[in-house]
Amino acid sequence: MIKPKKTLKQRNIKDRFMVSLLVLSTVVVLVPLLIIIAYVIINGVSALNWEFFTEELGSPSRAMQGRPTGLIHTMIGTAVVDFLALIISIPVGLGAGIMLSEYPDHKLNPYLRIINDTLNGMPAILKGLLAFALIVKPMGTFSGLSGGFALAFVMIPIIARSTESALMSIPWTIREAGLAIGLPRWRVVMSTIVPAAKTGLVTGFLIAFARAAGEAAPLMFTSFGNNYFPRHWTGMIFGPVDTLPQRLYSLAISPYKEWHAMGWAAGIVLLFFVIAIFFTARLLTRKKVY
Amino acid sequence: MHQAQTNTDIIKKPLPIIYRWLGDKIFLTVVFILGLSIIFLAFSMAWVLYSEGRLAINEFGVIGFLKGSVWDPGVRMVFGALPFIFGTFITSVVALAIAFLPAIAIAVVIAEYAPKWIGNIIENFVHLIAAIPSVVVGIWGIFVFAPWMRETVYMPIFTFTANNYPSLLPVLGNPMGYGMTTATIILALMIIPFTTALTRDAISQVPKEQREAAWALGATKWEVIRMAVLPYARGGILAGAMLSFGRAIGETMAVAMLIGNKNTFPFSILGPAATMPSVIINEFREAVGNLHLSSLMAIGLALFVISLIVNLIAAYITRKLSITGGQVV
Repeated sequence: MIKPKKTLKQRNIKDRFMVSLLVLSTVVVLVPLLIIIAYVIINGVSALNWEFFTEELGSPSRAMQGRPTGLIHTMIGTAVVDFLALIISIPVGLGAGIMLSEYPDHKLNPYLRIINDTLNGMPAILKGLLAFALIVKPMGTFSGLSGGFALAFVMIPIIARSTESALMSIPWTIREAGLAIGLPRWRVVMSTIVPAAKTGLVTGFLIAFARAAGEAAPLMFTSFGNNYFPRHWTGMIFGPVDTLPQRLYSLAISPYKEWHAMGWAAGIVLLFFVIAIFFTARLLTRKKVY
Repeated sequence: MHQAQTNTDIIKKPLPIIYRWLGDKIFLTVVFILGLSIIFLAFSMAWVLYSEGRLAINEFGVIGFLKGSVWDPGVRMVFGALPFIFGTFITSVVALAIAFLPAIAIAVVIAEYAPKWIGNIIENFVHLIAAIPSVVVGIWGIFVFAPWMRETVYMPIFTFTANNYPSLLPVLGNPMGYGMTTATIILALMIIPFTTALTRDAISQVPKEQREAAWALGATKWEVIRMAVLPYARGGILAGAMLSFGRAIGETMAVAMLIGNKNTFPFSILGPAATMPSVIINEFREAVGNLHLSSLMAIGLALFVISLIVNLIAAYITRKLSITGGQVV
């Protein structure tokens, strides 16, 4: 492969050249990404104020007349929808992950693995359309519940995969030890393998959650959005609900300057929310995660 | 002492058959059903998109819908998906072309060149960037990037072209800042962390012996990377590129915020355009006519099929093209 015509000097020069090219392109790419974060933080912090965390949004005129507006209903709505997504997705993802790792010879598994990966690669907006057809249409109304399902559809394949790899990291000998003392298989899984893999499992949940919490596309036609608090708290689940990513989009494309500023504020809150989840996950484990 | 006694008691008494046999049966059934529900989800997604989009498919025909270049929900009620398929394809391909080499460069710097602590910082940063919500990038694009591009890049190009080659102006399009080029650049920025993470992963699978063999032949560092590391990781890198392409196709919010949303041909380089996800996001909430809704669902079906193909190709590459032949190293 190494052409004899090239002298060592030429090869060293090429080596130096490639190093500088690689480092240069790394810097050129990472700097704009840093700039994005810097802009969101600077603009977001200057747009934050106390009312942002205490008032509901209301109509555009409220912001234009300078009356206090905020996104408290959005933040609570986000918490409700995200919580629903977690309690829907964790059992399914965990179960499928156990299926993949604890019954490796099962006939379903090759299909399950490839379909799960494919589902993971499907655009989030299609998961929104699925939740729309499965839940919004039969219920006849946009709802927080359907938003929770849409986000759960985003999370389930990620959780299934991360659960599988977390459980697989536990040595097979531990399972054999459990079986040898006469435990049935389900007790081996639930009492030794799952507790032993706890950190890995939680990390997987958090990674999936961080991914879903920032998704706006599946929420646009499921939880839909709402400028006000629902009349009654059940409206958070069975009626249209505001969520941060979807509200951020609506604020950003609205024609009102005041709402643009609120959009930046929503952006920094969302960014910190996602980053906080992300760092918790990173702190829990020193292993590589995505 | 008491503890020891109970333990021997348990060992002496055989566990009830229900606990052992039925417990395992029930557990497997529950886990099986949960696994099956994922398969059900995937198939119901295909079925839902098809059944909801059937109205439009029957009205225009599969080929007619895919080839139709008119999207008019207002007056004529004619729907064709070609502008959106074209828009998605162009933005994603160009974004991947922009992102691919820098992503590999970053991955190589992290894995091979940087001191461990710097490499760790960059890697964490890349993962962090990958976690930034698409809407947050979108708001930066709307209020900072697009206006900046208009003033410093598009306007000079536009004036230059207008003065020297006025015949090219229709190709160049309206330099308002929100358009295909802006959306593509943002898209490239957004998939770089993803591609980098996957490439880094592929590189970390290369065994140390592979590098050492190249070192032993007297290769320079770059030659080691070029001849020993990258060829070995090429399967993973290509599969990663394919998955990034899938990401780019499905990327919705930032593109919808920046592409300018023009539903009809002709598209131009700087001017507004639309992609499949962006048109669904923009029109689904306001669609009133059944045919309009159904057409949007049919676009969703087209998006589903394209994503499916891209994902299956990625899975195929991972299996076949890697030197290990898909075996876990």
